[in-house]
Parts: sequence; structure tokens; C-alpha cells
Amino acid sequence: MAVVVVLLFALAATGGLYAAFAPAKKAQADTSAQSLTVQEGKKLFAVGCASCHGMNGEGSSDGPSLIGVGAAAVDFQVGTGRMPLMQPGPQAPRKKVAYEPAQVKALSAFVASLGAGPAIPSASDYDPAKGDVAAGGELFRTNCAQCHNFVGEGGALTKGKTAPSLKGVSPKHIYEAMETGPQNMPSFGDGTMSDKNRRDVIAYVYSKQGHEASSPGGMTLGGLGPVTEGLFGWIFGLGALIVVAIWIAARTSKVRKS
Amino acid sequence: MKAADWADGRLGIYGLAKSNLRKIFPDHWSFMLGEICLYSFIIIILTGVYLTLFFQPSMAETVYHGSYTPLNGIPMSEAYKSTLDISFDVRGGLLIRQIHHWAALVFIAGMFVHMFRVFFTGAFRKPREINWLFGFLLLVLGFFDGFLGYSLPDDLLSGTGVRFMEGAVLSTPVIGTYLVMFLYGGEFPGNDIIPRFFTIHVLLIPGIMLGLLAAHLILVFYHKHTQYAGPGRSEKNVVGMPLMPVYMAKAGGFFFLVFGVIAAISAIATINPIWQMGPYRPDQVSTGAQPDWYMGFAEGLIRAMPGWEIRFAGHTLVLGVFIPLALFGLILVVLALYPFVESWVTGDKREHHILDRPRNAPVRTAFGAAWITLYLVCMLGGGNDIVATHFHLSINDVTWFVRIAFFVLPVVVFIVVKRWCMGLQRKDKALALHGRESGNMVKLPHGEFTEAHIPLEPEQLYPLVSYDQQVPLKLPPAVDENGVKRKVSLNTKMRARMSAYYFGEKSQIPKPTVEEYKEIASGHGGHH
Repeated sequence: MAVVVVLLFALAATGGLYAAFAPAKKAQADTSAQSLTVQEGKKLFAVGCASCHGMNGEGSSDGPSLIGVGAAAVDFQVGTGRMPLMQPGPQAPRKKVAYEPAQVKALSAFVASLGAGPAIPSASDYDPAKGDVAAGGELFRTNCAQCHNFVGEGGALTKGKTAPSLKGVSPKHIYEAMETGPQNMPSFGDGTMSDKNRRDVIAYVYSKQGHEASSPGGMTLGGLGPVTEGLFGWIFGLGALIVVAIWIAARTSKVRKS
Repeated sequence: MKAADWADGRLGIYGLAKSNLRKIFPDHWSFMLGEICLYSFIIIILTGVYLTLFFQPSMAETVYHGSYTPLNGIPMSEAYKSTLDISFDVRGGLLIRQIHHWAALVFIAGMFVHMFRVFFTGAFRKPREINWLFGFLLLVLGFFDGFLGYSLPDDLLSGTGVRFMEGAVLSTPVIGTYLVMFLYGGEFPGNDIIPRFFTIHVLLIPGIMLGLLAAHLILVFYHKHTQYAGPGRSEKNVVGMPLMPVYMAKAGGFFFLVFGVIAAISAIATINPIWQMGPYRPDQVSTGAQPDWYMGFAEGLIRAMPGWEIRFAGHTLVLGVFIPLALFGLILVVLALYPFVESWVTGDKREHHILDRPRNAPVRTAFGAAWITLYLVCMLGGGNDIVATHFHLSINDVTWFVRIAFFVLPVVVFIVVKRWCMGLQRKDKALALHGRESGNMVKLPHGEFTEAHIPLEPEQLYPLVSYDQQVPLKLPPAVDENGVKRKVSLNTKMRARMSAYYFGEKSQIPKPTVEEYKEIASGHGGHH
């Protein structure tokens, strides 16, 4: 009998405690702006991304998991048009951006809600005017030039993959690329490169590839080094000289008939 | 007049002038290719002297605080700093630097084209074999001096080239390490390499080149210039214009045109923008690091070669680098030796002053084309990354293409070009015998349509039929008149084989004989 009584008390206590501490309100939709954006993002995600990345970004055999990649990664991949992918290939090329800025934001917010990851940087993080070009050049030549070339013209990687040209890439996207390491690029996250370092690199790239970049020596010939210089020298140097030689040889002194 | 007499009494200029001023040169644009080289060489020397006034060939470290602010506060060598100063602070420095570099590219490209004009027209034959070698040495020295000049500014690109060279020298079996220590004065990069390169670049190699150039030109005067076949031109004369006044004016004017064209491209297009590349640091490298175009084939050999490495008798042999290094030398030497191989095959001891038409020497022409193909394939390999990114290809595929094409393409080109030459010979023969097509259709009485041909004028006919055709070397009968087996040296057998290949019926179309021509001309040959 005593056992039954103790059991009853215990059950009553547990139930009472639960009733006291359990959330009073019923589960109810979060109507804050943030949450609406996430929901909007979820819908877009289900249409444009889920076929490869899974309904909840868990990944599949066709695409990696997006849990923990953060908003910065989405903002870079979608904001530069790399995602959604048009077709499988060695890597996703830069193309026309498929979403409106608000939609990119929504997608970023949804993916960020799946797990903690780098957030979209604020404008002061990547303002090229705040960086030191000389220090950035040093960092760029040490860390970036082996794939992206001296001035960020891009270069080849194995099996059709490339380090793309940095011409026309916005400072925000450069920052996000460094932070998240898209595709074949290693990530230069906080552990590798400080915020100041990243700003310096951005200032350097901007000075070489931004719209104010200048070339004191004349046409840059693509900034690719001796390959294009050689081609130019053959065609416009020697080529022009041979034309001149033909012209001179064609104008010879003739015996004048008087 | 008095001054001229004074000079003649001391220098003998009247005699020199008498024998040389009226020297005759034949007129053809392809004979001016060598002039392009000569003039661009002069331009290189003139601009180079200006650059030495400001360049500091020193690897001493300094920190930059100059007018190019994007490199402010960066440690660098004196060599790199002084090149920046030349580019941004010395009056006209950047233009002179660009003229110097563009002229170097044009100089070597010009030497190539000049050399192949000489090659394809057979101008290297007796008595000009030595001059061919002088020209070849000028080309190779041009390669190396260009490479040294590219290395001097000590920017990231040139430093990568110097590092590349270290690797190549290191791969030499047994003595590689000693050679590198000797050359660099210790471990790479050391402090000696730039000053040493400077002395070699501005003094040693240009000095040798000037000597060779003088010898080259003296021999041109001595041998007299070759000429294309034509009526009135023979092995014993030169038909053309006198040096004074015609060629003095033409050559003088051409110099200024060459200078003008090179100055114009130097003002329009930048070359080797060292401020973009940054100073050399052994821990940095950039993609797209190529040498100037003429060394591109060496780069390609290295890039296409698998990274083989074996251990042999306690030594590591880096075949992945050493084989390309050996091939680099071999590919060039083949070109130098070709005239001697051909004269051995032909056994021809006559002097030749009338040029061949390339089609009339199919094996030589095909060989030259195959060599150029090999060179271009290697060069493509040297730029495999640029090709990959700009044509949206996989760099691995480009490299594999180069590996296969290295063996296959020269052979294909050889066969195609040889057949092409034969086809042109056939065409010449038909042209000589039947004349050119008139475009007029004639209806014969029995209803057949035929095209009337117009016989060639004698001066058109002459170059088509005036050339020599060699008969293949015949071996003597295997046994002599006494039935004893004749001893034939291996050398002779090889020669006979080669000769049969060069001049057999598969390599030349018998040119029309006088009888054939007369028969057709008299109307008995029927129509075709």
C-alpha cells in the first residue's frame, strides 16, 4: 500500500512541477522580421537549391551539406551567380546573378539558421580605402598570387578548374571568399588572416583591378606576363617591320628611260 | 676634299670605298630580315647603355620609399629599387626600358625569321656554312642574354626564372650541386647572382655578339649576297642595286623605321611591368610565370615532362628536369648542324649563290617545317596554363596534348609538307609545259570542250625550270669486275640511303625536259 501511495505522490509531484515550469503558451509562429526572412529563404531554397543540397540543407550526393557554412558563403555563391549551378562541371563559373538582393539575403538567412557560420561582413570590414595597399600586396603575393597571378588576373588549376580573375569582383565578395574559401580556394578565416590583413588584401586587389587602376606603361596586354607580350611582339613588332620591309623593297630605283 | 685626302693617307679609305661603295645587293624584302635584327640590336645597345647609367646591380637590401606608393615600405633589393626608379623617376626611363625589352623580343624573333629564310632557300650551302654557324651562335647568345636581362630587375617573375635556372643546373648529374654553388656563390639566392648576371649581360655576351656580328657582316660582303633565280642571274654574278647610293638610303631609312616601330609599340604597350610583380622573395611565386617567348620552349619541355626521378649509384638523377635540359640543347644543335648533314648527303662541293625555292628541296623544307612545329608545340606547353584559362580547357589535357604532339605532330607535318612540295613541283611542271590557264573555253569541231592555255613568257618560265635536280648517289656494284665482293663502308651505305631518300622519285618530280617542252609547244603533245 505504501508503495502505491509513494508512487502516487511522485507522479503528482512530477506532473505538478511540469505544469508549473512548462512553457505556458502554446507553440506559436514567430512573426519577427528575421523569422519571416528565414521562411522566405526556406521557400526559395526549396525551389532553387534543395534538389542538390536537400530540403534542409543536409546535402546529398549532388551537393554538399550547407549546415554551418554561414550566411557569408551563401552571399558569395549566390551573389556572384555561381549558385544555383547551371550544370555539373569542374567548378561553378561566375555568371549572371539569378536572385534579387533581397532574395539573396533571405537565402543567406535561411542557411545561417541551419547552423552557426560566418556572417555577411559589414561595409567597414571590407572598405578598400581603409586598407594598406603595400602590406596587402605583400600578403597577396605570399598567399594569393600562386593561383590568382600577381595582380589577380586569374590562373589555371588542375583538370579544368581555375582561380578566377578578380577583375570587377566587389570588395564584399572578396572578403567573403577569403573567409569561407569557396570551391577550390582555401579559407583564410580568422585563424589565418586578421580582419586588417583581409582589408589590406582587398585594398591591393582593388588598386590593381578596380576602376581606378592605371597602367603607367601603356596597354597591359591582359596583365598575363610574357606569353601575351611575346604574341604582341611577334605580331605588332616583327609583323609591322616585315610589312615595312616589303614596302621598302617594293619601292626600288628604276632605270629611267629618257 | 682635303679632309678626305688626309683620311685616305692614314686609313686608305679610297681603296675601301672603291671596292665596296658600288657593291651590288639584290633586292628582295626577305633579304631585309637580317637588317631588322641588326637594327634592333643597335637599338638594344643604345637603350641598354642608358639603362646602365641608373641601374644598380646589387642584391643589398633596402626599403622602398619612392614615388610608386603601392610599394611603400616594402623591403627589396637595390636592383629592384633602381629599376623602379628608372621606371618612375628617371626622365624617359620607362620608355627606354620598354624600348630595350620590346627590341629584344623583336631582335630574337627577327633572327628566327631571318634564319628560316636562309634555311628554306638553302642559303646556308657552300660557301656560307660558317656564316650559318655565326648566325646560330648569335641566336643562342641572344636567348641567353635576353634571359639574363629578364633576370636582372630582381622582381618576382625574374627571381622565379633565376630559381628555375638553379633547378635546371642542379639536375646535371654528379656536378649539378657544385655548379650551382659556383654560379650562385653559395646557396640560392645568395648575394652574387645579380652582379654576376649584370657583367655577363652587359659586357661578356654583347661583346661576343658584336664580334660575331662583325664577322657575320664581313662574310656577307666577302661571299656576296645570294639571289633568287631569274633571267640574267647566275652563280657568277649578282643582279641588284649598288650600295651607294641606293642601299645606303634604303638601309639608313629602314633603321629609322625599325626604331620608329619599336618606339611606337613601346609607347603603346607595357612590357614586364615589374611594379606589378613586386620584389623577389624566395617564398613567393605567381601563376602564369613564364620566360620571354624565346625561352618558352624550354619552359614547355619542363612542364610537359613527367617528374621522373631515379637513384643511380648513390646519386639522385632528376630526369624530370635533366631530360628537358638535354633536349633543349639537342633541339638547337640539330639546327646548327643541318647544313653539314645536308652537304654530307649531297656530296655537293660546288658554290651556291642562287637560292633554292623551298618546294624544290622537299626533304629540307619538310625538315624545317617539322622543326618549327616541334618548337611551337613546346612553346604551347610553356603557356599551358594561359591556354587552359583562355580557351576553357583543362590544363592536364593541354599538357597531354603537348606530350603526344611532341612525338606525333612533327612527323605529320614532315609528311604533309613534303607532299605539299611535291604537289607544287607537279604544278610547276604543268605550268612550264602547258602554260597558264586562260579561262577561255574552246569548243572543238567534234564537240569537246577544252580550256585554252597560254604559254609562259621566257622570264616566267626560267625560274620554274632553271634549278638543279640531283641524282641519288649510286653504290658501286656489289662485286667488282673480278667477282670479288666490294667493300663498301657503312658511311657510304648510309649516304646512299639518305641520298636516295632526298633525291629519289618519292622526293622529287623530274623537271620538264627540253624535248618534252618542244613536243608540247609544237602541238604534237595533244591537249589536256
